[in-house]
Amino acid sequence: MKDGIEQPTRLVNIRNISGLHGIRETEQGLTIGPLTTLAEISDHPLIQSQYQILADACGHAATPHIRNMATVGGNLLQRVQCWYYRSSDFQCIRKGKDLCFAFDGLNQYHAIMEYATCPSVAPSSAAVALLGLNASVELSSAKRGKRTVGIRELYVVPDANPTKFTVIEPDELLTAIVIPKPAPGTRSAYQKYGEKESFDWAIADAGVVLEMDGDVCRRAVITMGAASPVVRRSPQAEAALAGKPITQETARAAGKVAVEGAQPLSGNAYKLDLFPVAVYRTILLAAGQRDRDPSAAG
Amino acid sequence: MPDPKGFHPQAPDEHPEPSTLSDSARSGITRRGFLKGAGLTAAGTALLDGVQAFSSETAAAATSGVTELGPGPTPVRLHVNGTEHTVEIEPRTTLAEALRIQLGMTGTKIVCDRGVCSGCTVWLDKMPVNSCMTLAIDAVGHHVTTIEGISSEDRMHPLQAAFVKHDAMQCGFCTPGMVMSCAALLERNPHPLEHDIRHAVSGNLCRCGTYPKIFAATMDVAGTTRNA
Repeated sequence: MKDGIEQPTRLVNIRNISGLHGIRETEQGLTIGPLTTLAEISDHPLIQSQYQILADACGHAATPHIRNMATVGGNLLQRVQCWYYRSSDFQCIRKGKDLCFAFDGLNQYHAIMEYATCPSVAPSSAAVALLGLNASVELSSAKRGKRTVGIRELYVVPDANPTKFTVIEPDELLTAIVIPKPAPGTRSAYQKYGEKESFDWAIADAGVVLEMDGDVCRRAVITMGAASPVVRRSPQAEAALAGKPITQETARAAGKVAVEGAQPLSGNAYKLDLFPVAVYRTILLAAGQRDRDPSAAG
Repeated sequence: MPDPKGFHPQAPDEHPEPSTLSDSARSGITRRGFLKGAGLTAAGTALLDGVQAFSSETAAAATSGVTELGPGPTPVRLHVNGTEHTVEIEPRTTLAEALRIQLGMTGTKIVCDRGVCSGCTVWLDKMPVNSCMTLAIDAVGHHVTTIEGISSEDRMHPLQAAFVKHDAMQCGFCTPGMVMSCAALLERNPHPLEHDIRHAVSGNLCRCGTYPKIFAATMDVAGTTRNA
C-alpha cells in the first residue's frame, strides 16, 4: 500500500484475534497460528530442536525488529519483490497488463527456472522451510467451511494466472499452519544467501530435511527459494541423496543437480553457481557435518 | 538487495495508470464474510478488543462485535514513556507518524518508512520494533518507549553518554534508532558480546559507517570488551 500498488477502501485488523496466535504441539505435530511472529517461532525450544529448518528460516528473515512484529502468515502471503511489480510506474503482467519488464530489463534477483510468464521469485523464507516439512495451511471461509492446502499448492504459479498469487479466495482467511511430526531420525536446516551478510532478501535459499537411518539418508527433501516464481522442491537433488550416506561427495552431487535444466536470464547466471553451493552446504549443516556458513545471510 | 526505490529504470512509454483494482474486485473482503471466517476459529469475539478507541460504531458493527474506525480521525489512547495520551488519528496512521506529528516526539526518525533502516526504532513493551511499520492502533494496550523516554530531563541514559564519549555518530540520523536497539539489547542481556550487538543492530543502517564506535559504546556500558 505504501508503494501505491494497492489502495483498498477497507482493511480488517485481525491482529487481536487471539485464536489465530500461538504454537500448539499436537499428536500429529505442530499447529501454528498465522499471527505467530517470526521471532516467537525461531525462539521456540521445540521448533529449535525438532523443526530446525523452520527456526532457521524464521530466524533469518528480515531484521530482528521486523521479526518481533511480522507474522508467519504475513510472511507466507507476501507478494513478489520484483522492482517492476513494486513500482507504480510499471504496469506489468502481474498487475493485469501484457508485459513483463524483467525479461529484457534488470533481472539479477529473478528466477532461473519455471518462469515462462513472470520470473519474479516468491520472497517467503518460511515457505522454503514449511515445504521441506510437508506442511499445509488451513483456509477458512464462512460459506464453504475449511479446507486444507499444501504449502506448494497455496501458491498460484504466474503461468496459470499472473494476477493471482495464492489460492486464497476473497472470503477466506489463513487460519492455521499444520506441520506433521518429522519421522524419527530427521535432521533439517535452512540457509539463505543474499548480497549482504545480514538482513537481505534471498538471492538463493535452500531448505534440507534428511530422514536418516544411521549414516544412510533414507529420504531427503530439498527445497529452493528464489529459484522459481514459487517455492519448489528439487526432485533431482532429493534422488541424489536417497539411500546414500551424507558425505561431502554426495552433498556436492545433490547441489550440482539442483540446478539441472535451469535457464538463467541475462543478469542471473551467477545463481547457477550459488544454488549448488547453498544446497551442498545446507545438506552438510543439516547432517551436522558443517557449521552454519558464516557467509550465509544471518 | 538495493532498495527498489533507489532504482529508476526508464519508464515504459505507456502512460502510467493508477494501479488500483476496482472496489468490485475486492468486494469479497467484507466485514461480514470475514467475521464468519474468524468465527470458525472460535476467536471472533476477541476481534479488536485491544483497540480502546472511542469509535463511531455502526449498528451492524455493534452487534457483530466489530469496531469500525476511520477513514476520518479517531481518538486513540497511547501509552508513551509512562504517560497516557489521547491522540486524534486516522486508523492508517503509523506509530512513527503519531509519535512525531500528534505527540511532537521527533526523536524517532522516519527515514525509509519501509522497515529497511530501523531509524524509527521504538520499544513496544521493551521489544524493539519499527514504528514506521506498526499501526498506531496496534500499539494500544502496550507500553511504548521512545528515545525521549529513556533519559530524564538533565540526565542521559548511560548508553547515550557512551555514544557521546565514543563519538558514535556522524550525521546523527540513525542514532536514536541505534540507541534504542542497543539499549533494548542491554535490557535483556546486560553483558552482550560484540556478536550480540552486531545482531541487535543488524537491521539498523548507518550510512556514515559508525558501527565500530556503536559497538564500542555499547560494550563500554556493558563492561564487556571487544574480544570478550
